[in-house]
Amino acid sequence: MKEEIIIAGFGGQGVLSMGKILAYAALTDNLEVTWMPSYGPEQRGGTANVTVILSDSQISSPVLDTFDTAVILNQQSLDKFESKVKPGGTLIYDSYGIHRPPQRSDINIYRVDAMEATFDMKNAKTYNMIVLGALLKIRPVVPVESVMEGLKKVLPVRHHNLLDLNRQAIMKGMELVK
Amino acid sequence: MEEVKLMKGNEAIAHAAVRYGVDGYFGYPITPQSEVLETLEALMPWETTGMVVLQAESEVAAINMVYGGASTGKAVMTSSSSPGVSLMQEGLSYIAAGELPALVVNVMRGGPGLGTIHPSQADYFQATKGGGHGDYHFIVLAPATVQEMADFVGLGFDLAFKYRTPVMMLADGIVGQMMEKVVLPPARPRRTEQEIAEQCPWAVTGRPEWRKPNVLTTLELDSYKMEENNHRYQQTYDLIKRNEVRYKEYYTDDAEYLMVAFGSIARICLKAIEDARERGIKIGLIRPVTLWPFPDEVISELSKKVKGILVVELNAGQMIEDVRMAAKDRIPVYHFGRLGGIVPNPQEVIDAFESRFLKSK
Repeated sequence: MKEEIIIAGFGGQGVLSMGKILAYAALTDNLEVTWMPSYGPEQRGGTANVTVILSDSQISSPVLDTFDTAVILNQQSLDKFESKVKPGGTLIYDSYGIHRPPQRSDINIYRVDAMEATFDMKNAKTYNMIVLGALLKIRPVVPVESVMEGLKKVLPVRHHNLLDLNRQAIMKGMELVK
Repeated sequence: MEEVKLMKGNEAIAHAAVRYGVDGYFGYPITPQSEVLETLEALMPWETTGMVVLQAESEVAAINMVYGGASTGKAVMTSSSSPGVSLMQEGLSYIAAGELPALVVNVMRGGPGLGTIHPSQADYFQATKGGGHGDYHFIVLAPATVQEMADFVGLGFDLAFKYRTPVMMLADGIVGQMMEKVVLPPARPRRTEQEIAEQCPWAVTGRPEWRKPNVLTTLELDSYKMEENNHRYQQTYDLIKRNEVRYKEYYTDDAEYLMVAFGSIARICLKAIEDARERGIKIGLIRPVTLWPFPDEVISELSKKVKGILVVELNAGQMIEDVRMAAKDRIPVYHFGRLGGIVPNPQEVIDAFESRFLKSK
């Protein structure tokens, strides 16, 4: 098993955190994992992306040119990464703010309206967990329970009262996938 | 049981330093390695092991604090990134001349000048050929994984004390910023004052009545004596060259071509090589772990066997000079590099290889 994932969007959408939670979930599952962020000023409002590789064998390069799965959360990232999905791979995107939807016919494309779903959740900060839920439904690379374990490690203990809200957001994301 | 953790390379350095029993860290923040100081501040080792963690007023101050700490036989270190390490060169020359143990980490970013914050390997010359003045070298370790970022703290200090030399860990923004699994070294206490006095009889630890004062100076106005000092340094360097060459070898048994790359770029090459091997192109990889002393013997031997060498570095061609010297014009040695903070992906590496070696001109 090897899954090469890119998650890309605006800084502040929780792109790096989502990748981090996925990486911790992989650690819980005894998988090999690398988490390679775009670091620097992107975090302050530009575009941000993170490459997460999960594998049951040793991982060589943490830097990739093509991906099994792309999770795309803004137009700039879609323009940049649509062509980087391997044929037969998966592209998940949020249609919010997208005016040129993906065109490829040789990959599996899923539209997930996660931004809209945050209105139902009445909490904009659940956004990246909704997206993560959708990803896990489409590509079940780690079980939800491992993700919850991962969240416990990423969230400071004082925020552990939010674990249940995060679980609800993940479930919401899973429901969005048709 | 060994606990497997997930962390950034920079964080691993901080954790490993506390666990090794480092006495002091002196540094000044700079991207992409600020997490070293940040993590140390969060760990608060002054409350547990008694380790000093100090944010200096500049890199010049930090390296001179290291110089002072090392003179007393303490295990002291600093970390910075390229522009900051340039500021430390004078201090490094003094520490090398003083024959003092210390660990200096450079998490390289794109230059020259203030440059960019993104990954680079353009400080290879500075690290391996002596960035400061005078005839000196120090051991340069090039980590490629977060595990090595942790392990080379201990290895670096062990070598530094064994040979009484500064050791540099020459990392890059990739391995500093990426997270992967790591098993941290076991925690041990810092050495006691008595242990330091026994293990470092040269150190300025306060003179007991039974011996003369220890004097550590790099000034020697008698040129004959200064030449003697230089011969002594060179003897140490010869010993290091004989004993401490380290490298990793991948797929060299049946290789028709060779790549040479260090640090995280070697991992990108490895992926490129594995993809190429699926198409029947047999490439091997040498990853120098010590950049000084350089693993020239293994490259020299392999250059008698393979048809060509591609040196891949995040610079305009620095390590290639050492590879060419080892290969002695037996075979073509070409370079591929990206500059200024751009990291090539495995496909670019393999395209560069094919355009240089496989496409008929």
